[in-house]
Amino acid sequence: MSSQVVHALYDDDDVLLKAVKEVRAEKHHIEEVYTPFPVHGLDHAMGLAETRIAIMAFIYGIIGFSVAVTMINFIMIVDWPQNIGGKPSFSFLENLPAFIPVMFEMTVFFAAHLMVITFYLRSRLWPFKEAENPNPLTTDDKFLMEVAVGKDVDALKELLQKTGAIEVSLHEK
Amino acid sequence: MNYTFPARLKIFSIVLMAVGFFGLAYGFLAAPKTVAEAQAMVADAHHGGHGEEAAHDSHATTADSHQEAKHEDAHAAEGHSSDEAAHGEEHNDHGEHLLHQLQNRPWAALYVAAFFFMMIPLGVLAFYAINRAAQAGWSIVLFRVMEGITGYLVPGALIVFVILLLSGLHFNHLFIWMDADVVAHDPLIQGKTSYLNVPFFLGRALFFISGWGLYRYFSRKFSLAQDQATDFSNHKKNFRISAAFLVFYIVTESIMSWDWVMSIDPHWFSTLFGWYVFASMFVTGITTIALVTIYLKSKGYLEFVNDNHIHDLGKFMFGISVFWTYLWFSQFMLIWYSNIPEEVTYFITRIEDYNLPFFGMLAMNFIFPLLILMNSDYKRTNYFIVMAGIVIVLGHYLDIFNMIMPSAVGDQWFIGIPEIGGFLFFLGLFLFVVFKELTKAPLLASGDPYIEESKRFVY
Repeated sequence: MSSQVVHALYDDDDVLLKAVKEVRAEKHHIEEVYTPFPVHGLDHAMGLAETRIAIMAFIYGIIGFSVAVTMINFIMIVDWPQNIGGKPSFSFLENLPAFIPVMFEMTVFFAAHLMVITFYLRSRLWPFKEAENPNPLTTDDKFLMEVAVGKDVDALKELLQKTGAIEVSLHEK
Repeated sequence: MNYTFPARLKIFSIVLMAVGFFGLAYGFLAAPKTVAEAQAMVADAHHGGHGEEAAHDSHATTADSHQEAKHEDAHAAEGHSSDEAAHGEEHNDHGEHLLHQLQNRPWAALYVAAFFFMMIPLGVLAFYAINRAAQAGWSIVLFRVMEGITGYLVPGALIVFVILLLSGLHFNHLFIWMDADVVAHDPLIQGKTSYLNVPFFLGRALFFISGWGLYRYFSRKFSLAQDQATDFSNHKKNFRISAAFLVFYIVTESIMSWDWVMSIDPHWFSTLFGWYVFASMFVTGITTIALVTIYLKSKGYLEFVNDNHIHDLGKFMFGISVFWTYLWFSQFMLIWYSNIPEEVTYFITRIEDYNLPFFGMLAMNFIFPLLILMNSDYKRTNYFIVMAGIVIVLGHYLDIFNMIMPSAVGDQWFIGIPEIGGFLFFLGLFLFVVFKELTKAPLLASGDPYIEESKRFVY
């Protein structure tokens, strides 16, 4: 019995958000919610832990910044000293203004790309992976809430119907 | 609930004005009257014996006018001791220049502070108009605070106008293009006289001030009328005039920044200067909204303003600080990179003579807010907003200082009694006018159609 889940389908994000709160208030465990677009406040309503991607973004940015400094210093000063804007000082600090755009771009580049890669890894996504969402309607305009079945299936089904679900069904997982 | 101006705050602002007034008065009285006095002052400052030499050296660095550069060449060619007579004459010219710089100092201290506190309500007025024109829902609970701050716009702008008028009447040498003698020897300024002449300059200033004042007057009037209204006609009128004002504002603000700030250096120009000054006034204005709001909340007013509103103001403070830095750097890097003599002198003067305020301002206006306000939780904490806000406000005072002082007083700058006095005087006046204005209307714009959305605003 424990591997059974109930799928409740909704057609409105506001109804879904309210339903999530009600189901959680009744002490049912929501396994997952599938939505066609990000629903504002849903993570909070589901009681998910706060994302740590912001901390990683900061660290990735610092990595990008360090790479840019090392790279531009090697290219423009050490390996092949360049005359920058008629000021051949061959010093990193004195030519710093010319390098700032590079540092900025590299910081953004590293932060953005590594964040996306981190997100894919954490979400277990990779190319050609088969989709995990149980109902293809959730890629169109419907919202699906997956709730673990506790002791009483019928009571759970009734509760979900009451919260405004347009379809409630029992599935083996 | 109406706000009452607490007696202690009133006294505090009056004390600030009094202290500031004496500071400014001291600055004017202490300014030298003759060349000899000026030279003696500089000699004292440089410890006796080195005085002559130091005063001389300092002039080599203020190569902001062509005349100056020519003198320098002549001087280098003749050598130090070969021609005593020429040397003496040379020195007298330098002495006169020094006298002008030292006489300019209290005027510049007055002007920097007057301009700085005038631009705060102007930035707030732009922010207010943007919120009106965008039909923003979150900021309605802050409208009365913004309207209170913009109450200082007209008095503040008129004070700046009086200073400009006095410059036009030759009470000071802040704007050297107003001096017929200078223009006669300067073909570059001669080419600009059709734009840079005193009557047109003052006429433009009056036109800008009256335009801003009219918008302020009508938007406030409609905003107050909306409180009692049964329909939304006042709100709609406010929307329309706000959209129109924003067009007027960005054009006049740009021209204002060329006129009132950039023309102090009549040889130098930067095409993004208007945006640069705008970013400065915008971030200072938003910071001031946050500071006044947090102050009023700490006194038990504005109970409908919550952390989410402060959070949004914090996001604006962070974002516009970065925007300001972007413009500062865009201006700096292009000029630094191309290294064209008539452009790059502007930054050479600032880096050589104003090293600490020039780079210190960058730390205060960019690095500090960037690091402090990056964290989402910090933007919801009043302590961090106040700390970052005070640094941002002082940093942008330094920004205006760096725009005006180098051309007005050269290397004879110091943040001393006249500068601090000027700042305190206008701070006192600003507080007095703003908090007086806040008492005149309920602190909640209760008739606004978005007021409920704003009260329930959750980030």
